[in-house]
Amino acid sequence: MTRSTKSSRAYLYVVFTFLYLPIFVLIFFSFNKSKSRNLFTGFTLDWYRQLFQNEMILRALVVTLAVAAIASVCATILGTAAAIGIQGMKRWSRFTVMNFTYIPVINPEVVTGVSMLLLFTSLRYFLNFNMGFGTLLIAHITFNVPYVILSVNPKFRQLDNSLYEAALDLGCNPTQAFFKVILPQIMPGITTGFLMALTYSIDDFVISYFTSGTSQTLSIAVYSMTRRKVSPEINALSTLIFAAVLTILLIMNFKDIRSENSKSGLKKKGAERI
Amino acid sequence: MFKAKAVSVPYLIWMAIFIIAPLVLVGIFALTDAEGSFTIENLSGIGRFTPVFARSIWLAAIATAICLLIAFPMAFAISRMSERRQNLFLMLVMLPMWMNFLLRTYAWMSLLENNGLINRFFGLFGIGPFQMINTQGAVVLGMVYNYLPFMILPLYSVMTKIDNSVIEAAQDLGASNGKVFSKVIIPLAVPGITTGITMVFVPSISTFIISRMLGGGGNLLIGDLIEMQFLGNSYNPHLGSAMALVLMVIVLFTMSITSSIDSEELEDMLI
Amino acid sequence: MTKRILSFIFAVLLTMSFFVSAETEYETDISYYEKFKDQNITINVYNWGEYISDGGDDSVNVNSEFEKLTGIKVHYTTFASNEQMYAKLKGEGTSVYDIIIPSEYMIARMIKEDMLEEIDMENIPNYALIDDQYKDLLHDPDNLYSVPYMWGMVGLIYNTSMTDEEIISWNSLWDERYFGNILMFENPRDAFGISLARLGYSMNSEDPKEMEEAAEELKKQKMLVQAYVMDEIFNKMEGGEAVIAPYYAGDAITMMDENPDLAFAFPEETTNFFVDSFVIPKGSKNKEAAEMYINFMCEPEISAANAEYIGYSTPISAAREMLDLDEEIMAISYPSVEVIEKSEIFRELDPEINKLMDKLWTEIRSYNESANDWIAPIFILSLFLASITIIVVRAVKKKRSVQ
Repeated sequence: MTRSTKSSRAYLYVVFTFLYLPIFVLIFFSFNKSKSRNLFTGFTLDWYRQLFQNEMILRALVVTLAVAAIASVCATILGTAAAIGIQGMKRWSRFTVMNFTYIPVINPEVVTGVSMLLLFTSLRYFLNFNMGFGTLLIAHITFNVPYVILSVNPKFRQLDNSLYEAALDLGCNPTQAFFKVILPQIMPGITTGFLMALTYSIDDFVISYFTSGTSQTLSIAVYSMTRRKVSPEINALSTLIFAAVLTILLIMNFKDIRSENSKSGLKKKGAERI
Repeated sequence: MFKAKAVSVPYLIWMAIFIIAPLVLVGIFALTDAEGSFTIENLSGIGRFTPVFARSIWLAAIATAICLLIAFPMAFAISRMSERRQNLFLMLVMLPMWMNFLLRTYAWMSLLENNGLINRFFGLFGIGPFQMINTQGAVVLGMVYNYLPFMILPLYSVMTKIDNSVIEAAQDLGASNGKVFSKVIIPLAVPGITTGITMVFVPSISTFIISRMLGGGGNLLIGDLIEMQFLGNSYNPHLGSAMALVLMVIVLFTMSITSSIDSEELEDMLI
Repeated sequence: MTKRILSFIFAVLLTMSFFVSAETEYETDISYYEKFKDQNITINVYNWGEYISDGGDDSVNVNSEFEKLTGIKVHYTTFASNEQMYAKLKGEGTSVYDIIIPSEYMIARMIKEDMLEEIDMENIPNYALIDDQYKDLLHDPDNLYSVPYMWGMVGLIYNTSMTDEEIISWNSLWDERYFGNILMFENPRDAFGISLARLGYSMNSEDPKEMEEAAEELKKQKMLVQAYVMDEIFNKMEGGEAVIAPYYAGDAITMMDENPDLAFAFPEETTNFFVDSFVIPKGSKNKEAAEMYINFMCEPEISAANAEYIGYSTPISAAREMLDLDEEIMAISYPSVEVIEKSEIFRELDPEINKLMDKLWTEIRSYNESANDWIAPIFILSLFLASITIIVVRAVKKKRSVQ
């Protein structure tokens, strides 16, 4: 038994080295004095300074955060309303709507991206608009909504209907009953959906690539940077993102442990990408 | 029973315009030419790209298999830990996933180059340099690296449900470790395996970044080909749409054998 | 180092021309550039990657100088090839951008497809500074749509520490000794141009047979090619990742600056001579501001700063005179008449030939020695049927188990 624990531990270390080595190499070379990506010549923080002066990156960061925030709020509202409505549907219409809802989730991102591009291209024959922030936002809302619906739906299945009936019996009108009884019960699903939408938007590259027009998100800026003369600014950027993600996860994990609800919380994030 | 069908109307409209209409457009574009008249040339001409389709399926399949091989023992090991350690290790699995996908792939670029760190390391022992970047192996590596967590997580979530007593019972009944694995653990993990396969295979087969960054443009995948027709060097959205349709068929097939299209299951996984 | 010195000189010159000597030569300048101040205008500029002096290595940041001078904001994005830019414009519409800088053959195509606005040369006083040989060119015979930005030629860049041979011909790109060490253009026009020239045909061939033949050669070459690149070439050549690649002379100079082992040569065969020009796409919302930008870029000091930084050749003599280049670089940037005479400028091709080229290019890129054309359709058809069967069978089973 102890031998097998030892070997399994060794195995875990190997896999984690595989997962983390590239990231640590990136971080390490963000402090490199020269531009070389494989010879360390001395310590410097210059690349961080340059990063904060790089207007393209800063603007991209603003666009990314703005799109993510607006898109996930819209998607949450639209998705929650949809989930509520779908709940009341008959079996077959429910089935149909849900199947269409899965499309953006299971379709390869490239296909979603080009299909949206085709839509915007075709719409431009009739309407006068430019591709840019607006189309980017629409695309993000579209691929975010299903995640909200998928995380709110199960909460309805767990819903205790008698509470709602009781509220009605006690004199609430349906709207009041909804806000007082149902909404609190589905709230955890809404929060999960919102967080998932937010993460997706921040992380998305492929769909943004096809729909962004002139506006650049961080992912697109990174893409154009990796295609050109690569500057260690990109390493500095990676380090900062890694640090930010680590902090967020640590805080969340800490909270999770305290609320003793840690396992389900992690799983939510885990199945993040279907 | 609480009912409010009307509130879903905005979403239904949204869905019709932004989910259904674009897919219909893909179909229309695939079946027309630049002048707008009907043709099946785009679809029947797909045969010219057989090597790309074969390569995509092949590389994605290899990557999926490797992910499964690495992830299975890993998920099992994590699922047998104490609750606190499970959380810690799950977090460690997910942390790289939260980092930008392009940055992760970029990291491998600098490692795999001819003058990269790995070849320098080999050079210390007087071996190499090996041509690693711009090969199919590098593309597979990129897929494995990026999508490994998608395999570990669903496997882990079914394995935590396997009670230790089940395993012990099998051992008490005289099953060897190998038998326990093949007769108890693997059958119980099947739902996780199928989910994991879909979650790795679908993004692998449709990627165009990994092959571009690590494959040097000589190892095109379906995704690259589609991108080329829309925003790349040979503009032809009609041919691109036909390719997108074919890609959807392949995904549909993967879905149908792994049955992840089952809605309730998908929801269970999410929550 | 030279860049730092130049940027200093530039700063002095800029001050002089705009403020000190304002009364003489550039009298109208300040008022001209201040027209849109405080109007909060943004122009979208779409340019090649690595094709402007951007402030790196202590050079001048041309765009921010423009912003400071005029109060117009520049939203600057980049593309990797003419074809990619064209695809983006076709998909997303031309009115997204105010300024684009394509090459001559693409400009001809865009004029033909009515994608460009006529430029009002009255608004670009500096147009007079552009040398005559870059005007009245075939793609824009009446100079209605384009203002030249830079010109240059294509040649071969190679790493002298990895080969002893003196590279003098396109044939080296097909040389088996360089297996896995060749980089190739990732855009059809340049790749086909080279293949055609190597076969002794015109780079502007409109003969489908010659195109097919060139495509065959490119397929053969694919075996030897390590990667198809555009802007990625900088890292790869500077880092010694490959031996030889065809590329634009100006970028070759930039790469040679970083890695002294690199050398550049014009092939003995025909090569491509190109002129990249500013154009204003149809529907631009800030046409006059865009013209102001073009004029600014044609200021000799600015053109010199750009030429210095990107290594390409400026069509403005006044700017060229400001450059202090050594002979070796001079021979690459401003090659002798003999070299230029041997070169060919890309012409807009017949749409049918363009289509053929796109088709062949996609084929080359997906080419693989051993494959049959009929496997994929049959395979996919059977996949489709199989998945439907599985879904149906499953649905039936489910129904039964429910009953």
